[in-house]
Amino acid sequence: MSDSALPMPGGGVRDVTPERPSTGHTVAGYPVRETFLEKAHSWVVTVDHKKLGIMYIVYSLLFLVVAGIEAMVIRIQLAVPHNTFVSPQVYNRVFTMHGTTMVFFVGMPILIGFANYLIPLMIGARDMAFPRLNAFSFWMTALGGILLYYSFIGGVGLSNAGSAPDVGWFAYAPLTSKAFSRGHSTDYWALSLTISGVGSIGAAINMIATTICMRCKGMTMFRLPLLAWLYVVQAALILVAIGPLTAAQIMLMVDRYLGGHFFDTQAGGSAYIWMHFFWIFGHPEVYVLVLPAFAFANEIIPTFSRKAIFGYPAMVAASVAIGFVSLGVWAHHMFTVGMTSVSNAFFALSTMLVAVPTGIKIFNWIATMWGGKIRFATAMIFCVAFVFQFLISGLTGIILSVAPVDWQLHNSYFVVAHFHYVLVGGILFTIFGAIYYWYPKMTGRMLDEKLGKIHFWIFLIGFHLTFDFMHIPGFLGMPRHIYTYEPDRGWNTLNMIVSCGAVFQSVAIAIFVYNLVYSYFKGAEAGADPWDAWTLEWATTSPPPAYNFATEPIVGSRRPLWDLKHPDDLDSQWE
Amino acid sequence: MSAATPAIPHGATNLPAKDSPWILPSKGKVGMYCLIFAETTIFAIFVVAYIYYIGRSPFGPQPKQVLEVPILASICLLSSSLTIWLAERALHKRAMGQFSLWWGGTIALGLVFMIYTVLEWKKLIYEDGLTVSTNLFGTTYYCLVGLHAFHVIVGLIMLSLTLLFGFMGKLEARHTERVEVLSLYWHFVDAVWVVVFTVVYIVGR
Repeated sequence: MSDSALPMPGGGVRDVTPERPSTGHTVAGYPVRETFLEKAHSWVVTVDHKKLGIMYIVYSLLFLVVAGIEAMVIRIQLAVPHNTFVSPQVYNRVFTMHGTTMVFFVGMPILIGFANYLIPLMIGARDMAFPRLNAFSFWMTALGGILLYYSFIGGVGLSNAGSAPDVGWFAYAPLTSKAFSRGHSTDYWALSLTISGVGSIGAAINMIATTICMRCKGMTMFRLPLLAWLYVVQAALILVAIGPLTAAQIMLMVDRYLGGHFFDTQAGGSAYIWMHFFWIFGHPEVYVLVLPAFAFANEIIPTFSRKAIFGYPAMVAASVAIGFVSLGVWAHHMFTVGMTSVSNAFFALSTMLVAVPTGIKIFNWIATMWGGKIRFATAMIFCVAFVFQFLISGLTGIILSVAPVDWQLHNSYFVVAHFHYVLVGGILFTIFGAIYYWYPKMTGRMLDEKLGKIHFWIFLIGFHLTFDFMHIPGFLGMPRHIYTYEPDRGWNTLNMIVSCGAVFQSVAIAIFVYNLVYSYFKGAEAGADPWDAWTLEWATTSPPPAYNFATEPIVGSRRPLWDLKHPDDLDSQWE
Repeated sequence: MSAATPAIPHGATNLPAKDSPWILPSKGKVGMYCLIFAETTIFAIFVVAYIYYIGRSPFGPQPKQVLEVPILASICLLSSSLTIWLAERALHKRAMGQFSLWWGGTIALGLVFMIYTVLEWKKLIYEDGLTVSTNLFGTTYYCLVGLHAFHVIVGLIMLSLTLLFGFMGKLEARHTERVEVLSLYWHFVDAVWVVVFTVVYIVGR
């Protein structure tokens, strides 16, 4: 395999420098190994979108392990009735930290990290539109995570260690008021979300500006890789959603620090309005997390089915439609607070409406695989599992959107099972797929496929044991956020099965982490284009040089590398 | 494994010619529009909270008793949108003297607005005894008007820096786009005031 002299569509042989970019100094032409400090310094001060992307991803994977351990604590506590593995107070802290960490410091940054790494490469640009804003955004997000975990030390002052936030990830008022939430743990929670929110807004601005203003020649909006399209919609949703969260957090801090009355019912304030503000953020947030999952599937499924994506314009339209519809569904989190029947009907119907564009997507993925020459690489099987599991989570979502049914199931383990089916079965599965797919591009080495398959199957078994069985105690009336339960409720066996599934998932994650580390040193050389894919990131070396492309590419279709490899059967004549 | 595909320039039918123009929108402007969009949602939430809480303070001073309509300050702030537009136009014509005049005028108008706000808050705090913690009206009022004032201050700092660069002769033709981006922000701050003014001083009073 030769990496150099890669021909680019539209003009002759492009000189793609094969060697890795060397940031260190050289003596007599030989690179001198950088000291650890020099290397660390080069990462801390970097504005390169690839390095920042990798930092986002590594940062999120660290938090994935931390929040995963928190999930294990929850599952051990709930495995048997009347368990006292942790105290009730610690249990509340652990589920709050698990939720907050997974949403804000695993989900958001890992997806933004992939956007950072992939968007410029896929649209043939040299970097993001605002590289320094990009670095700023990353460090704000990082600071947010550090602040959240510093609460373990600083929550009630250094003299009385060990007090993380314990108000739940949606932190309903008035529980967050000074009277009911003493010490500083809730302040750390609010501050950390505000600060990481600033980072997210910066990243979203960058993603939109990059995709719109940095496209290479010939890359019209309807030749954009679907991944870039999905990220534009996601970034727009971040811009709409994070503002309300930030505003609500500012109000909470004004209440707590300055004695304000926003959520103080005794002074005429309203606890109810916090719910609205939080969920105006909270529901679009779900789509902020799931749209990149769609984006990964949109790139991985065609490559391994050896077919162009089915229905590109319909996919774009469906993504934009999901973006709009998702802004009008938030109060389906609030059916039990006693809204008018008109509101209940509106939010039930708008929630059901989401099923239409997502249904279009699922049909298009199936149609892409239909009749394709499917290669079942690890990245692909994660995406196939995603399509199936996302469908199930959509169906339970429709059950919950029916207001009277929701009155029964609200705040039960059925809801917990539903949204974990989306977040794990949908989003985490495609994130794993994306890591198996793009790890060779990022590091220059393949992840081990055999370990990958083992990781997949153990994780799949663990996932279904945990979250399929979690629906049933929900139906049987087990509420969420409970510390323990009586043995005579008929939940014992089910909870034990759910906890066993969590053990399987932990084992799978351990294998995955081992694979990441092992393959970084011992993996097979990947070469520029190991999957025989069609988007521009595979046209440059693995890992790409700091400037991405020696000459800016020119494209004539949605699959520039297909055109390049098949000059006698150009995509451009079919589009 | 296909990186070694034959190096032939192919004849893709809709490939743009190498020297054909490829015009993309300005990234500065797109970025600023995105920021304005995000800021709008933050203001929207504060405005909604303000409207929702109008007349719900069970005790303490009420808006009717303490607020005066800031007509002069509003005229100053809104007309600064016109002066900044005139400054931009002067910059396009490379008339630096005119630019400094209009740009300085914009800053002066913004300052008048801020001074009025300071005096208004001084009166509210010391004469009427209204602070953030007095009642719900105080909380919502200071947050909404304060959030806007914070944006005015940020704008004034950036406008002053630009004026300073202009005096130092560092403002060149290639910077016109940045100036335009900055003025977009200033127009946004003015537009928000129209909403805040309507909600706080007309609807809520």
